[in-house]
Amino acid sequence: MSRRTRLLLFAIAAAGFGVVLVLGLSGLPAFGDYKGVYGNVIDGIGVTERHATDLVTALNFDIRAFDTLGEEFILFASVLGVVLILRQMRGEHDRPSQHEGDEHTFGGASEALRALSLLLIPLILAVGVYIVVHGQITPGGGFQGGVVLAAGPLAVFLAGRYLRMKIVAPHTLVELGEAAGAMGYALVGMGGLVFAGVFFKNFLPLGTPGHLLSAGQMDVASAAVGLEVSGAFLVAFSEFLDQAVAVQSSPSGSEE
Amino acid sequence: MSFLPFAIAAWLFLIGLYGIVSANNLIRAILSLTVVQSATYLVLLGIGYSKGGQAPIFADIPATSKAVDPVVQVLVLTDIVIEATVTAMLLALAVQAHKRFGSLDPQDLRALRD
Repeated sequence: MSRRTRLLLFAIAAAGFGVVLVLGLSGLPAFGDYKGVYGNVIDGIGVTERHATDLVTALNFDIRAFDTLGEEFILFASVLGVVLILRQMRGEHDRPSQHEGDEHTFGGASEALRALSLLLIPLILAVGVYIVVHGQITPGGGFQGGVVLAAGPLAVFLAGRYLRMKIVAPHTLVELGEAAGAMGYALVGMGGLVFAGVFFKNFLPLGTPGHLLSAGQMDVASAAVGLEVSGAFLVAFSEFLDQAVAVQSSPSGSEE
Repeated sequence: MSFLPFAIAAWLFLIGLYGIVSANNLIRAILSLTVVQSATYLVLLGIGYSKGGQAPIFADIPATSKAVDPVVQVLVLTDIVIEATVTAMLLALAVQAHKRFGSLDPQDLRALRD
């Protein structure tokens, strides 16, 4: 099919679809005229019964904790998929290092960028940990903080030290962390089953709302998810970086 | 005016679809898919907004304040995680397609046409 026919077909289909889409959306309650029930219920009980001041985290790691288990394993499985798709194919091998010592340097890394990246690493890690552990008080939590944490070792790559990134965040350790985080979250649910009788029912003391150690299982669940997410992102990042930096196809291959 | 967020969501959905259909580069198609997905964020957040409601964070406002629906916000968070996983998988497939066919143009993926 030529590009022209494809666009023509799309124009016809999109016009029809657009009409139906707008008709459907116009049947919704007007913007700001909230008709839901759950939202008001949660807004009412979040602080008093769950002792969390960030209700998004309260939903994520307590009220809807079971859904988050599924969400977390989707992330786990998809990173497995990335590793599988990018596995070493026949005719590929690691590119021999052309640089001094054992380091691949990153083209655009000036001395200033290197110094700044190294300076950023502790700051990134501190912000990541802060976001993970304060999830139940202010916006944040395991998913958001985990992504920030994964950016820390990536700054080593920005500093032009790709192979050193593998020393800072070795593959085995990162994969172990990812798996431990995923298992840790499931164990929080098991804890509810064992100590409170229901899977993912809170079994830890609730504490005072607004305090660091409050809202029961949310802190533990958040830390587990943070570990899992940062591990998952690091595995995915290093798979892609391997493709760009370390892998090359054999001379007869089709690469550029 | 009250329909504006939903109209923008419909526009994002359609413009993203156009990006996928007209893409001459797989990376562009993948990024267009993320535009399509961002339409769902707008719809979800738009449904959950109630006039005069604050963010559902009660760290520094009284616990009785009127707040917007946190349930749809959690759904958006889930949505973003799914989007990240889908994008990662598709980008990995694009890397392999480039290795196999030496091109990122969807028209050049010959094995699909034979």
